[in-house]
Amino acid sequence: MSVKKYWEGIVEAQAYEMERDPTIFVAGEDVQMGGLWATERGLFARFGPERVRNTPVAESAILGLGVGAALLGMRPIVEIMFADFMAVCLDQAVNQAAKIKYMLGGEARLPLVVLTHQGAGRSMAAQHSQSLEAWFCHVPGLKVVMPATPYDAKGLMHAAIRDDNPVVYITNKRLLGLRAEVPDEAYAIPLGQASVCREGTDVTVVATGAMVKEALDAATELAQRGVEVEVVDPRTLSPLDSETIVQSVRKTGRVVVAQEAVMFSGFGAEIAAQIADLAFDYLDAPVKRVGAPFCPVPFSPPLEQAWLPDKTQIVARIAELVPVGAASVQG
Amino acid sequence: MELSSSAQVEMYRLMVRIREFDERAVLLSEQARIPGPVHLCIGQEAVAVGVCFTLNRDDCIAPANRAHGYHLAKGAQMDRMMAELYGKVTGYNKGRGGSMHVAAMGLGNLGPNGILGAGAPIAVGAAYACRYYGRGQVVVAMLGDAAAAEGTIHEAMNLAGLWKLPVIFLCENNLYGEFMPLAMHSSIEDISDRAAGYNMPGVKVDGMDVLAVHEAMSAAVARARRGYGPTLLEVKTYRFYDHVGRDYGVSKRPEEEVAYWRARDPIKQLRTLLVERGAFDDAEADRILEEAHAEVEAAVEFAEQSPYPDPSTLLEGVYTEGARA
Repeated sequence: MSVKKYWEGIVEAQAYEMERDPTIFVAGEDVQMGGLWATERGLFARFGPERVRNTPVAESAILGLGVGAALLGMRPIVEIMFADFMAVCLDQAVNQAAKIKYMLGGEARLPLVVLTHQGAGRSMAAQHSQSLEAWFCHVPGLKVVMPATPYDAKGLMHAAIRDDNPVVYITNKRLLGLRAEVPDEAYAIPLGQASVCREGTDVTVVATGAMVKEALDAATELAQRGVEVEVVDPRTLSPLDSETIVQSVRKTGRVVVAQEAVMFSGFGAEIAAQIADLAFDYLDAPVKRVGAPFCPVPFSPPLEQAWLPDKTQIVARIAELVPVGAASVQG
Repeated sequence: MELSSSAQVEMYRLMVRIREFDERAVLLSEQARIPGPVHLCIGQEAVAVGVCFTLNRDDCIAPANRAHGYHLAKGAQMDRMMAELYGKVTGYNKGRGGSMHVAAMGLGNLGPNGILGAGAPIAVGAAYACRYYGRGQVVVAMLGDAAAAEGTIHEAMNLAGLWKLPVIFLCENNLYGEFMPLAMHSSIEDISDRAAGYNMPGVKVDGMDVLAVHEAMSAAVARARRGYGPTLLEVKTYRFYDHVGRDYGVSKRPEEEVAYWRARDPIKQLRTLLVERGAFDDAEADRILEEAHAEVEAAVEFAEQSPYPDPSTLLEGVYTEGARA
């Protein structure tokens, strides 16, 4: 066990898997210098140019490289620098990676990891700040993971590499520097397994990505105000661990679904619909959601801050569901 | 490399089989016994045959959507192909793919693509793996003159030329992109002129001459196997029927143009040549045609008798189960 940053766990998992399987290679823009987001730091020095490949700025070629190599039995990890750029190569993800196995009648394996990075809050403007996980979750044939903690980042990268399907592994830029105690040895978190990060009795918050920390912060504040919040992090969005989510809602009877992505037509809507279907008899109040407003991410800092959901909105939604005591004098 | 007489006769047989398959398939499609559209390669048989005769079983192809000829040329059985076009569970893809996607990984066919140009980046990835395995395998990415306009082709060619990967970009220039003539969709007449822009040789060849296709492709394959990297091989060819089916009824090509190319029918050309050379005679050629007919009819029978997939299997084959430890 040692304190590691979120990005360090991602590197450790890749290095461990690359050490034991020579068919694993990393490819993307600037991965040799460690990647823009440090998620490949040190891999080039350790594994060299045959295993860590800089590619041209050509997202369809990068993703296609991964698809073709995976089809022939290698286990590529390809990086798309910003999730926004997945729009550039969406065909290779949606029409190719996701569908080749099915169209071939089940023949073919595609053990591919697509590593990409989401999130606003760093003044990078509309085309470098989006959260687009809903797009990938909507496509049968892809799996989607979105780790929120350093522990999950490492464990889900192990799992993503070992899975024999295309896995879209999505970080949030604001989480990359998060530190926590993480095991030094390899461990794989099963895909499709949610985590109850905090137990509570009064309301459930189902949070993803950067909103998990916001939910935990909201829970800490609300504990002072007489409300015990249970926080559930799906960790894998597709396939979704509906069972754990529903169990929590059956316990608390009230739920807020929180995402950084634009609220309208986001992945939270899927979670909310499943809860309404599977836990209806246990709900004491409507299912509430937190998400960003329906506009592109603005550049100007006060505007971007107004756009970005945080614990304030989570607390506000919870206050619509349960009586919340006055804030304590100490705050 | 000069092909033996018997090999040339085999090429002839394969072209005839491809044509007879497609001629029958389109009739079945018009009768709605085959659901959905079929994209015929009638007139272009010399390309599939000339190309695939240079390939081993473990060389890979990433065809475009006019791909029946390639699958047969790669060794596919007609009955399982026909069953796939019918959507039957006995088809190569268990009925999940149909005409546009009929393939078999075991024959080195990575699957034809309904998205034009999308196979090229995948072929580059497959070539990357081939080089890693070091067994001298090559990959062929097919594209038409139309697909040459897709951005993915340029990304793929740039990367292949940069990394010198064992991939051949095979452009079947049949002078039409869907219903648009070449001059309406291409900034240049010879797609192979683009090759130098991607650090690879560009070659043009008469796509109606199966021996010429074979020769040009052999050189490209040899290059790739020896580690010298990709080639853009442009075959000038022509489809005798419409973009989809026999006559979509929307856009007609000039009659003189169609007649010009039909007069250069690759099957007739090779038959004349082989008879002249004494490789076979007309009786043998006729026998080959009869056998092809019989094979097609048997395939239709097999397809008609085969069951459809059970709807209870709908969700199978989306994901590979399990993960490695």
